[in-house]
Amino acid sequence: MRNRSLIVVSIAVAGALSLSACGSRGEKKAEDGAAGSTTTVTIGVDAPLTGDLSALGLGIKNSVDLAVKQANAKNEVPGVKFEIKALDDTAKPAPGQQNATNLVADKTVIGVVGPLNSSVAQSMQQIFNDANLVQISPANTGVALSQGEAWATGKKARPFKSYFRTATTDAVQGPFAAQYLVNEAKKKKVFLIDDQKTYGAGLAGTFKGEFTKLGGTIVGEEHVNPDDRDFNAIVTKVKSSGAEAIYYGGEYPAAGPLSLQLKEGGVNIPLMGGDGIQSGDFIKLNPKSQGDLATAVGLPVEQLPSAAKFIADYKAAAYKDAYETYGGYSYDSAWAIIQGVKTVVAANNGKLPADARAKVVAAVQAISFEGVTGKVSFDEYGDTTNKQLTVYAVKDGKWAVEKSGTLAG
Amino acid sequence: MHELPQQLANGLILGALYGLVAIGYTMVYGIVQLINFAHGEIFMVGGFGALTAFLALPGGTSLWIAIPLMLLAGILVSTLVAVGAERFAYRPLRGAPRLAPLITAIGLSIVLQQLVFSFYPDAKKARVFPKIPGDPIEFASVTIQRSDIFLLVAAPLCMIVLGWFVAKTRSGRAMQATSQDPDTAKLMGIDTDRIIVMAFAIGAAFAAVAAVAYGLRTGQVDSRMGILLGLKAFTAAVLGGIGNIYGAMLGGLALGLTEGLATAYIQHVPGMDLFGGAAWKDVWAFVLLIVVLLVRPQGLLGERVADRA
Repeated sequence: MRNRSLIVVSIAVAGALSLSACGSRGEKKAEDGAAGSTTTVTIGVDAPLTGDLSALGLGIKNSVDLAVKQANAKNEVPGVKFEIKALDDTAKPAPGQQNATNLVADKTVIGVVGPLNSSVAQSMQQIFNDANLVQISPANTGVALSQGEAWATGKKARPFKSYFRTATTDAVQGPFAAQYLVNEAKKKKVFLIDDQKTYGAGLAGTFKGEFTKLGGTIVGEEHVNPDDRDFNAIVTKVKSSGAEAIYYGGEYPAAGPLSLQLKEGGVNIPLMGGDGIQSGDFIKLNPKSQGDLATAVGLPVEQLPSAAKFIADYKAAAYKDAYETYGGYSYDSAWAIIQGVKTVVAANNGKLPADARAKVVAAVQAISFEGVTGKVSFDEYGDTTNKQLTVYAVKDGKWAVEKSGTLAG
Repeated sequence: MHELPQQLANGLILGALYGLVAIGYTMVYGIVQLINFAHGEIFMVGGFGALTAFLALPGGTSLWIAIPLMLLAGILVSTLVAVGAERFAYRPLRGAPRLAPLITAIGLSIVLQQLVFSFYPDAKKARVFPKIPGDPIEFASVTIQRSDIFLLVAAPLCMIVLGWFVAKTRSGRAMQATSQDPDTAKLMGIDTDRIIVMAFAIGAAFAAVAAVAYGLRTGQVDSRMGILLGLKAFTAAVLGGIGNIYGAMLGGLALGLTEGLATAYIQHVPGMDLFGGAAWKDVWAFVLLIVVLLVRPQGLLGERVADRA
């Protein structure tokens, strides 16, 4: 009996150890001292690498990896070798916060790309700011992150000077969708649904403001939980509301089944959303997505001449996952950090200064270069100066470009 | 009010799904007084079993052939997992205080999620489940998705078969005897271990049917789908009177209807506009549970038993 319990305990311990080993995978140690005077600096990545949103997260990680590899190959910053350290936030604020602490504690980390979710960014900003560590998100669109909680009333104030983003905000994305629905698609009655997260609710709010201003009517409003997969009660409400379209503030794991159940319930009107649904997985999860719409920040990477090389390089690097919506922005975010480091190193006689982190923050603020997604530079709030947007529609199982432009008015 | 018939239909369909999963909680509790919190994960593995069968079939296989095979695979996986769990996680603890198997159940549910995640590398992400093609079916003002017809046929069928099994067969009667008094049943020559395994297996088979229905309905399965649904089904079982098979179905229907109607109408009650809508439907489901437990602690169809916690 004694022996048996011993075996059970040892199996349990072995199991626990192997699980914790899984947790620490990916923390590769830098091979230091190989090339004499070369300093190795790390670019942190925080994104959902597992879970519902991992398609987007892996696209971010790979794109940063590509930027780092190219910087090393070109010897972009003489004497500095870049590495990446990618941590998984599973799209939740709490792991994101732990990752932020982890990255701050790692003295080789000079800048961070990420996260994907605005709600995760909220939990990280203070930590990065306290450590003077530059953070550039390729995907956050929540306005308050860069302009403060009171932005809607016109009192803009930047809460954290270390926070930047290459994605435009929902203050631009929601209204752009509203203008498209009213002016181009001629939809006057919309049913508004959001998932109550920072991103979804913010998007729905800015959409509503512009849509009603343009003379449209919100015929019904609903809030769902991001984990819900059964929307039949909402389908019924939408059906009897007489809506001509649905605007959904949220992400594709819920938007896919929502749109599918709408169409299966006999409500054949398009669902429109933001960049959170503009993913291949939305179409995979929703065989009846034909005609659904989404806005995404910037111009389609495929159409930009500056991006042709990125796409070719990404293909050549043979990553298992697609670069997805944020690939180009992630590459540009990483490149902005690399350029920041370059400036700082050049100003310090080719060596990384002791207070490199703070100096990189200042250097990134002043950055300006032609990136994959167009010109990369930041305004006084840390937002990108690139305010272009694109409307996509699902056509034959793919997201096809419907209209590109800059927000009017 | 013209959407009422549709909301009632939505509620009934959802309720049938809860009811099917609730059977598993209720049967196991009725016989061993164990709340098998891993049952939600047994439901989930059934969904993945069915999905695996679907992926193994050659593309373009007719759903008339695919769905029975998927059901079979789902039931096989769920039952094996449930029987294995009973044998290796619960039976060794049979004499232990009641808290011990409860904690094991919670641990087991995490293990099962992790296992599925390991077998399906992106199982944390939703996996596409096939749908029954075709336009929805209209009865007067009620629209029913094609995929829900599966559930509407399967749920009553399962109940009839189970009712017949428990009332008419030898094993069914042995099951009733064991649930009333396991010790005496054992003295009468009933192999109670076999009966307990059978209770786990039947519950798991029903959960697998529910998982296929869930997959068809939402077009996806993922490794976390058992958590909330398991909790709801447990609520349904308690609501109907835990230990009572028909109570589980009734509790499921009551819960489904509550969710459907709360989403549709609570908003229109004066002063309640903040608490209505889809985001609050889970809250109302649990409010219903609390109200029933206050008024009728044994649940809708349960019997009052003095010494059971």
